[in-house]
Amino acid sequence: MKRFIGFITKEFYHIFRDRRSLFILFGMPIVQILLFGFAITNEINNVDIAILDHSKDATTKEIINKISASKYFSIKQLIEREDDIEAVFKKGKVKAVLNFEKDFSKNLVKDHKATVQIITDATDPNTANTISNYVSSILQKYQQEQNKAIKINYIIVPQPRMVYNPELKSVYMFVPGVMTIILMLVSAMMTSISITREKELGTMEILLVSPIKPFQVIIGKVFPYIFLSIINAIVIVLLSIFIFKMPVQGSLFLLGVESVLFIISALALGILISTISATQQTAMMISLMGLMLPVILLSGFIFPISSMPLPLQIISNAIPAKWFIIILKGIMLKGVGLQFIWKETLILLGMTVFFIGLSVKKYKIRLE
Amino acid sequence: MGISVSNISKSYKDVKALQNISFEVKPNELFGLIGPDGAGKTTLFRILTTLLIANEGEATVAGLDVLKDFKEIRKHVGYMPGRFSLYQDLTIEENLNFFATIFGTSIEENYDLIKDIYVQIEPFKDRRAGKLSGGMKQKLALSCALIHKPKVLFLDEPTTGVDPVSRKEFWEMLKRLQQKGITILVSTPYMDEAALCDRIALIQDGEILQIDTPENIVKQYPKTIYDVSANNMYQLINSLKAYQHKHSVYPFGEFVHYTDTRSDFNPKELKTYLEAQNLSNISIERTQATIEDSFMELAK
Repeated sequence: MKRFIGFITKEFYHIFRDRRSLFILFGMPIVQILLFGFAITNEINNVDIAILDHSKDATTKEIINKISASKYFSIKQLIEREDDIEAVFKKGKVKAVLNFEKDFSKNLVKDHKATVQIITDATDPNTANTISNYVSSILQKYQQEQNKAIKINYIIVPQPRMVYNPELKSVYMFVPGVMTIILMLVSAMMTSISITREKELGTMEILLVSPIKPFQVIIGKVFPYIFLSIINAIVIVLLSIFIFKMPVQGSLFLLGVESVLFIISALALGILISTISATQQTAMMISLMGLMLPVILLSGFIFPISSMPLPLQIISNAIPAKWFIIILKGIMLKGVGLQFIWKETLILLGMTVFFIGLSVKKYKIRLE
Repeated sequence: MGISVSNISKSYKDVKALQNISFEVKPNELFGLIGPDGAGKTTLFRILTTLLIANEGEATVAGLDVLKDFKEIRKHVGYMPGRFSLYQDLTIEENLNFFATIFGTSIEENYDLIKDIYVQIEPFKDRRAGKLSGGMKQKLALSCALIHKPKVLFLDEPTTGVDPVSRKEFWEMLKRLQQKGITILVSTPYMDEAALCDRIALIQDGEILQIDTPENIVKQYPKTIYDVSANNMYQLINSLKAYQHKHSVYPFGEFVHYTDTRSDFNPKELKTYLEAQNLSNISIERTQATIEDSFMELAK
């Protein structure tokens, strides 16, 4: 036990004396969560648009007013000719142009039909799509208001209701993802680097020629990072609650237990990486390329798994982060208990046990 | 309780690092492995410290088999690798404390063993190991290797990169440790340090050339050596190498060590030859063979 405490004390000296690793440990989580929370967003706000109004009558004016009154759009320019549409897009000043046909009101009364063309800049397809949807829904709303007066026999009114994240805040989606990335990064990369550093500096040679046992070295390496990762998880949850007003619907205790489980699985991966890499640089590259990229791309954090091609969907099952994100979303947003996420928890637990077993087995008791 | 090595061979892919090495180190002996870089000294150390497994042969350390009893060996040996291998971001005291703890002991418990060495670096005990000079690093590494009172001490090129004064002190320390009953296996590329060992093994290209006491090795040198000097060292070496009766020519400090193939060699003859080569201030004196001469002769 004294041996173990001595080893852990040494690890803490290493961590606290290395400014770079301290920054990665505590600076990065905060920077990332703030970046993802504030800067990177799927929502649209104050999108600049242009209007080409051929009729300039009461109805079009009313519609234009509605659109400019919404917080999503701001009317940047009024153009007069069809030819100008191309020009404003090329200048990149606006993301969309609304083109009202001639005699809009007249047509509406006479034919019960009038057209407004929504032209969007689809260089950014997601935004273009969102803009077009938003405009359509504003138009639809206007139409419904107008139709109240007139009696129509049949009408289907869709009433969408978004549950768990009614305001469609993207931060709700990012927090579980960022938390997963950070815990993965801190746990796997930092442990793999700290073990390979011993190899690189030759201290592993002395550690091997000593009575300290492999599992003591591994636990001694892992323990400080479990501790630090838990602190990180707490910081992230606090940030998301107090800065982004993200609710944690489920049990905080369950959230903590699941986080510890994920941290341990990431640490085991880190040890595994350290057994196959000889230098700190290799360990870092493997951690970044082999862990970070799959976590970002295949875990369902940014891109929905259900819309991936089948082979990638299958691969995504092997990524612990996928299961952890499902668990996190379940607890934080839906407020579910263990009875709904026991399957994911069990998969994560299995993976953890497998990684630990493999890394203990692969840990070299000699130099080659 | 010493070390016994029999028929050890080790290769890395195509490179034969050690070929059929055998020797014995008696308990309480200061045994030197003398050879140039790449001779296989480090590989041999790593096999004996259970870090590598030999392809062939057997070895025991303190009566324990390096393969079967590797866990036990790791408790009872002290190992100082060739490269400085302590934690650079830990202070002297923290390093020593750490190694004491993982060996299940404390600085106080074995302080008398390391006292002579440690007192010299104790004033700097709060300085980080990475900021120490070569000599201080070496003393710290030795202290760490000794802190658990090992039965056998392995020192792989401990004096490489250390100033001459510290080197001399270091060997005095080794002699004192030997008196405390520790068996020491030390390797060095410096031939002058060989004379300080009880017995030495000359090693080159993975093979042992000779094992004996330094005195006997020198005594067995087959030729008479002459110190030759002249006004132009470079030209002197070239001229000697071109001389038809030369056996060996090696620069040795301010002299050239020269041996002749003939048993009835007359220095005057050589002098006449050298004078004919436009050399002046020529002196040719008989001298004693050194370990280096023996090594060069054996390695020929």
